[in-house]
Amino acid sequence: MATTSTRNGGKTGAADAAGGDGDEPGKGAAGGAGTPGGLTPLGWARWAWRILTSMRTALILLFLLALGAIPGSMLPQRVVSPDQVAQYYTENPALAPWLERFSLFDVYSSPWYAAIYLLLFVSLTGCVIPRALAHLRLMRARPPKTPRHLGRMPYSARFTTAAEPERVLEKGRSVFKRYRLERYGGSLSGETGYLREAGNVVFHIALLGLLVSLAAGYAFGYRGNMLVVEGDGFANTLTSYDSFYPGVAADQDELAPFSFTLDSFEAKFVQDGGFSGQAESFKGEMTYKDRPGAEERHHTLEVNEPLSVGGVQVYLLGHGYAPEFEVRDGEGEVVFDQPVPFLPRNEDPGQTSDGVVKVPDALPEGLGFEGVFLPTAQERTGEDGESELASVFPSPRDPAVTLTAYTGDLGMRQAQSVYQLDTSRMEELGASETLRPGDSWELPDGAGEITFKGYEDFATLQMTHNPGRLPALLFASLAVLGLLGTLFVRPRRAWVRASAGPDGRTVVEVAGLGKTESTADGQEFHRLATELRDRLREDPAADGPASSKE
Amino acid sequence: MVYQLAAETAADQDLASLSDHLIIAMIVAYAAALFLFALEAAYGRRTALKGNRLVPVGASAPAKDAAASPAAAGGHGGEASAAVGGYSTVDLDAEPASGGGGNADDLSVSVRGSEPQASASRSVLGAIALAVAGVGFLLNLAQIITRGLAADRWPWGNMFEFVVAISLCAVAAFLYAALRYQARYLGTFVLLPVVLLLGIAARWLYTETGPLVPALHSYWIAIHVSAAIVATGAFMVSGAAAITYLLSHRTEAKRAMGERVAGIAAKLPSPELLDRVSHRFVVIAFPLWTFAIIAGAIWADEAWGRFWGWDPKEVWSFITWVIYAAYLHARATAGWKGTRSAWIGVLGFAALMFNFFGVNYMFSGLHSYA
Ligand code: HEM
Repeated sequence: MATTSTRNGGKTGAADAAGGDGDEPGKGAAGGAGTPGGLTPLGWARWAWRILTSMRTALILLFLLALGAIPGSMLPQRVVSPDQVAQYYTENPALAPWLERFSLFDVYSSPWYAAIYLLLFVSLTGCVIPRALAHLRLMRARPPKTPRHLGRMPYSARFTTAAEPERVLEKGRSVFKRYRLERYGGSLSGETGYLREAGNVVFHIALLGLLVSLAAGYAFGYRGNMLVVEGDGFANTLTSYDSFYPGVAADQDELAPFSFTLDSFEAKFVQDGGFSGQAESFKGEMTYKDRPGAEERHHTLEVNEPLSVGGVQVYLLGHGYAPEFEVRDGEGEVVFDQPVPFLPRNEDPGQTSDGVVKVPDALPEGLGFEGVFLPTAQERTGEDGESELASVFPSPRDPAVTLTAYTGDLGMRQAQSVYQLDTSRMEELGASETLRPGDSWELPDGAGEITFKGYEDFATLQMTHNPGRLPALLFASLAVLGLLGTLFVRPRRAWVRASAGPDGRTVVEVAGLGKTESTADGQEFHRLATELRDRLREDPAADGPASSKE
Repeated sequence: MVYQLAAETAADQDLASLSDHLIIAMIVAYAAALFLFALEAAYGRRTALKGNRLVPVGASAPAKDAAASPAAAGGHGGEASAAVGGYSTVDLDAEPASGGGGNADDLSVSVRGSEPQASASRSVLGAIALAVAGVGFLLNLAQIITRGLAADRWPWGNMFEFVVAISLCAVAAFLYAALRYQARYLGTFVLLPVVLLLGIAARWLYTETGPLVPALHSYWIAIHVSAAIVATGAFMVSGAAAITYLLSHRTEAKRAMGERVAGIAAKLPSPELLDRVSHRFVVIAFPLWTFAIIAGAIWADEAWGRFWGWDPKEVWSFITWVIYAAYLHARATAGWKGTRSAWIGVLGFAALMFNFFGVNYMFSGLHSYA
């Protein structure tokens, strides 16, 4: 019985063991002492380690992990939307720097959040490794000796049979075949359900693996955005990106050398009914090459269908229009002829888009235009009662452009956004009429002429290279498997003892002990005991003498 | 470029309007069942729960008293006989002895039982309520199917549809608990939030049957959203049981102080039993929730180019997950069992609901399809 009761840890026992009174190597000097008063530095360290790896600390750290995640969902985060952070700064100029001081705009990469999860994972390691070792020992050991008093077990059954004890144990082996069995004298001792503990270890270690994969992806990966107009190409070099975010250890000189062309792009919207104007589908046809000179291949890019090339994922983020302009300068030369991406306004159901056309090389002076593109232009009465032009539908049923022209120095020597015109050194020339495809606008003062030739679609794309994504998936799946093991497998022990009774019949005792205290255990033990009895009854070798005795 | 949505067929419109009528019918059925369950809880007689599957004993039972509950091996119609010194001997062998009358090789079995007999308030009203809830469940199912057929897609693409699907899962989990664990006593506590949620859904969240935004065009909606919905249903039953547990625990504490307790609170099942039911459903829901998060990450990887981006919805799924992980740990930590872990379970459910309502309406993120 002694063996059993110490081993009968069940959940509580196991948990406490994890709390430090198990077989941890760090125990010893500080063992048992409630406070570490008068300890050596080593003793202190051991004491701290024991606290850190205790279940209670794990619990508190888990709470902190949850609690610490909350501000990140309330305040704008740079990882999610840098623009909103900037906006927050303008709206709360006094508060924002303070929040910044506590990394509250970068909660999930902040030192304090890292401290929580790193402590948690140290705790986890310190807790799980000793448990894993203990479990390994247990799995390699023989099932423990049969206790003397099987009748004291949570489940026990007794019956007599005419079969010989040897025969009983033989049958016992076949009935308890799911158990790992060990013979001790006239009894069998069996154990099963090792997968629970193994699952627990796998689950926790998989969480560690997941963390490492995430960190690796973060460090070695990169992410970049760019906008590609229908018909244009892209080659994967640093300069091709509109914005590029490398991981701290990413190798920026060795980007995968693929390239592609966006052959066509099509956006569909629900045309009528209650959902009119809702996006229906976005589709981009692209040809791509793994590396220069490689075979050309084809892919249809959609919202849930990224292109995977050279370890990089190319995703479709958004869609817009690029009106096409031709500009003649004051000397009559065509100095500009290309589509210009206009960015859709936020939350505008008509997808009204803004953009600028920059013609710094125009003569005698540079030209610049601020424009608005309206996919489906319609006159309507605005709030102030005056009629205004607005776009009433996102697809180009009746596209139109209005422009404001400027002349002067565009300030192109400084780096500047392609979506903004620096008009500080320019002079306004006036605004155009509403232009439809094919319309031209003769600029005042003989400054030139601009023609709205038509439009192309463009797609905003994101490229990500994340070497951690597959390992992360692997570890996450392992975690689920481990979890299923730890939550649903029932470790349990069972015994069968056969001994000669006073009347010459064999007394059979069957007993069981579930470590998770599930009623299913009792049911299983009983089913097995009954099965053993029935098999012995049916057994001709055993039945013979018994029936002849009647 | 111009795209014409195929005109809705008359059949689709009929289905859509049938589906809308079913919403009302199902809310009425659930409300009626709720009313009857409440009557049972308040006026039923406290009766011992017969049977053998009052949910496996969880971690809360001290391990050294490890015990299968009495008549653990029922199904053989076993019944408890003399209980001596904490041991109850159970004759589990109900088959008549076969053959020549010799009883010599029949089993005598002892099962150590430390559980007090579980009991709950019961009356015929409860049985009727269960049937009505079953009808509500079928109406709910029919509603979802007709809506799916009308829209020709998976019928969980917006808030309204989520609530209806979650209700279906919560009621399914409850019916399972009622049939398998005799946990009919949870009816009031499960149906109350269900009826409330459905009321909110019908009044404020209702949207016409329609197509999905492109981000939801993916088979992952079937995998990720279904797993999340089923898990939410099971968490809901767990939360209901946790709240019932806290009430029952208070009742017990009051009784221990010699106070008289009246009303529904007086007739609740024992806290131990409720604790186990609550735990059981977390155990079912937690791996599903884990899976739902992972499936969501894979989908996000396909759709948005990153599998985890700390979008508010992701953050709150994660918070919910961590709280339930804490719940599971708490039940294995000395000093945290019982009331404290029940509170953690309630907290987990609160986070889940916040993720559902709060996040969709308070924060803007990629998940805003509300
Ligand atoms: C990221 C953090 C963690 C998560 C998500 C997590 C999750 C889980 C889950 C789901 C279980 C299964 C509970 C059950 O069997 O009912 C579990 C069990 C366990 N965890 Fe963790 N865990 C974490 C960290 C830790 C840490 C830091 C420790 C150690 C201090 C720890 C120690 C244990 C132990 C000992 C068990 C087994 C409890 C038992 O025997 O029932 N865990 N954990």
